[in-house]
Amino acid sequence: MKQSRFFPWIGFIFGAIYFLVPLIATFEFSLRMQRGTYSFKAYQVVLADPGFQASFSYSALIALLTIIVGIALVVPTAYLVQLKLPKLRPVVEFMTLLPLVVPAIVIVFGYLRMYNSSSWLPLTGSARSTDLLLVFAYVTLSLPYMYRSVDTALRTVDIRTLTEAAQSLGSSWPRILIQVILPNIRVGVLSGAFLTFAIVIGEFTIASLLNRPAFGPYMQLIGANRAYEPAALAVIAFAITWACMGLIQLVASFSPGQKR
Amino acid sequence: MSITALPATAARERRITWSWLGILPFILFSLMFLLLPAANLIVGAFQDASGNFTLQNIVNLGQPSIIRSYTLSLQISAASALGGVLIGFALALATILGGLPRWVRPTLMTFSGVASQFAGVPLAFAFLATLGRTGLVTALLFSIFDINIYRGGFNLLSFWGLTITYLYFQIPLMVLVVSPALDGLKREWREAAAILGATGWQYWTMIALPILWPSLLGAFLLLFANAFGAIATAYALTGSSFNIVTILLYAQIRGDALHDPNLGYALALGMIVITGVSNGAYIWLASRSARWIR
Amino acid sequence: MAFLSIERITKTFGATTTVKGVDLAVERGEFVTLLGPSGCGKTTILRMVAGFETPSSGTIRIDGKDVTDLKPHQRKIGMVFQAYALFPNMTVADNIAFGLKVARKNGAEIASRVKEMLELIKLPQVAERYPYQLSGGQQQRVALARALAIKPQILLLDEPLSALDAKIRVSLRDEIRAVQRQLGITTIFVTHDQEEALSMSDRVCVMSEGRIEQLGTPFEIYNYPKTRFVASFVGTLNILSGRVSDGAEGRIVVDGQEIVTSRGLNGASTGDALAVALRPEALSIGRANGSSNNLEGTIDEVHFLGSVVRIRVRFKESAVSLDTFNRPNAAPPERGQPITVNFGREDILVLEGAPN
Repeated sequence: MKQSRFFPWIGFIFGAIYFLVPLIATFEFSLRMQRGTYSFKAYQVVLADPGFQASFSYSALIALLTIIVGIALVVPTAYLVQLKLPKLRPVVEFMTLLPLVVPAIVIVFGYLRMYNSSSWLPLTGSARSTDLLLVFAYVTLSLPYMYRSVDTALRTVDIRTLTEAAQSLGSSWPRILIQVILPNIRVGVLSGAFLTFAIVIGEFTIASLLNRPAFGPYMQLIGANRAYEPAALAVIAFAITWACMGLIQLVASFSPGQKR
Repeated sequence: MSITALPATAARERRITWSWLGILPFILFSLMFLLLPAANLIVGAFQDASGNFTLQNIVNLGQPSIIRSYTLSLQISAASALGGVLIGFALALATILGGLPRWVRPTLMTFSGVASQFAGVPLAFAFLATLGRTGLVTALLFSIFDINIYRGGFNLLSFWGLTITYLYFQIPLMVLVVSPALDGLKREWREAAAILGATGWQYWTMIALPILWPSLLGAFLLLFANAFGAIATAYALTGSSFNIVTILLYAQIRGDALHDPNLGYALALGMIVITGVSNGAYIWLASRSARWIR
Repeated sequence: MAFLSIERITKTFGATTTVKGVDLAVERGEFVTLLGPSGCGKTTILRMVAGFETPSSGTIRIDGKDVTDLKPHQRKIGMVFQAYALFPNMTVADNIAFGLKVARKNGAEIASRVKEMLELIKLPQVAERYPYQLSGGQQQRVALARALAIKPQILLLDEPLSALDAKIRVSLRDEIRAVQRQLGITTIFVTHDQEEALSMSDRVCVMSEGRIEQLGTPFEIYNYPKTRFVASFVGTLNILSGRVSDGAEGRIVVDGQEIVTSRGLNGASTGDALAVALRPEALSIGRANGSSNNLEGTIDEVHFLGSVVRIRVRFKESAVSLDTFNRPNAAPPERGQPITVNFGREDILVLEGAPN
């Protein structure tokens, strides 16, 4: 059937403009720090700021911890639900989707009420334990994405056969999970990990309300006080998000032994 | 028979118990960091300062400033969700079914993946640089077309400004969510309809849209919740001056802006109820409109 | 003039030409099958008749009227797709009624036509069910009813049985043919399954690489294949390589044993390499006298297939398969036994082209 491609093209071009113009504008703005000429001054100022370095490395570390805790929590759960406890699937899926429904600010408000310094479990009592709470909050936040990536990956490999084969060779449960299942679903796990990183690295609300020196609150602070540096920060943040998404595509295409 | 059956059953029971033990961490985690904190707030919403049961907090939600902030949040969420659904759907339609060259689709998908996550503080900076008072587009519109959008009443720190900003992640999110549903439309349905005498319009209204309806509804809901819970973008744009409910709640958590901690819990409860009700409505509508799904 | 006439149509997609100047005339009420391997152009021809593809050149006429550039919904054609083409959001009755609804027929007429169609396909009890509640075979019967409800001029069937279980495939085959005879509707059927093609059709059109290899009744196609492609695609064929020992008398040596064809080998000179084909059912066990050919060999393999026992006999280089009926009171022959097979001179099909 012949059809006109005029409107599809118009739609695509409109979409491209809508997406690109703010990026171009931001980039252009970030170069305007020195009067009358374009320069990378704003980037130099931002990158040289000790506050930037400290908050960024703090957030990167928290993101890393979030990914580790998230994988440790999600992989065995998704595996067992698919293999042994299919009846629990609706319950588990409901829980993993809940963070998309309950706003992050409400969740962290709940933490502050439940784990304040005078509660039964005073997680906000010290800096280290608040960091822990922040990691748990971020695990909750990334749960929908992590669970879905892992669950999809588990569906594409025949985990029942893999498990039974490993069992017949005498593997223990932890060994099966770490040495057999995990390598086979690494694409899904890595996708979830990079997505988690992209979400967590610039997160503002939870970090700010838990009073942690993270990258998100730092950016907000700069935004409130400076003119050109925020644009530079936005470009950097966009580049990080882009890198994470690029890495997801990369691991998906460079995955030996997995068809697709 | 019964002698051999016994150990087998016992072994199976033991294995099931082990499986349960395996997902115990997840259950515990969900309880401690998802369900109980939310439940805790709900309980707090029905208590007074000394912990006695009361409905006064719920009644106090009726004060005009709180009602205003809920209304504004609902309006922005609904508008940006509706806009995101319509534009994102059109965009996905154009790229997936529009017969465009092959490279278009992966490009759009990658870009959507990035843009849908590009929210929060950096997004606010980007739109300030674009549509702020000294933004590039603002300046270009003024120098080329002699249009001063700010004199024309536009403000980035307004309902329209925030809606447009939110659309930057809402549209790509819609593209990502709806693409699998569009892929699920089989070519045979379109061809069968055509050969039975249906026009393109009849195919869309009688077959494609009814089939897509639950997906579209679900996408709208997801986008709505996404915007409703968002705060960072608005906060970075405006500081605490813009009266949406998340910013009000943020101010309450930071400094008891309402001068009543339990009213803060009621405010959070209101948000849970709104997202909960919209979810319930979705489940009800989808189950009614899609009896043909298993 | 033929009811459906396809005249010199060609279809080019980018750099590849999938249909190369095909002519085909189908009479009113006739059941014609396009048979060939995937990629041979049969589906493209069907889709051009339906109007989903426009021919790069050539003309398609239905009942004398040029429809080449008409849109699908203007052609009044019924079509059944491979599978899963029922609208999932509609009940069976709504599916069947769809074509009548978009044609704005009145309610009473639609209702009676739907009822009539459901009885035609012998599924009156499923009217209010959704497609997912039906078996694959039932879905395809409903798809047939939906296609026929609009009283189309032509019925197109695009491998409608290929997604079904073997048993249902056979029974549905007969049902489709019965309905087609009952309505006398001109039908084009596309398949890659030669058994379907032979059992259902008035005429079979064997296609390869965008061209028609042979068009004829199932009997002609099977017994007198014109080309090596047709011979090998239709039915199971034993191919023997040999050398001509006497062209005029049609003598050929295969693995040191001589066989004789009923027709001479025109133009072949002694020593030429050549391939001949034998159908399994042309071969019998034992030595035959008179003009029949005999070949001695050993039993290589025995496959017990139920009513039929397929035996593979090896000579030196070549081997043939032949079928014998199962006899409950006689055990099948064993591997390694010496055996003689015989076949008539007229059963030898001399193939064009060099043997490989």
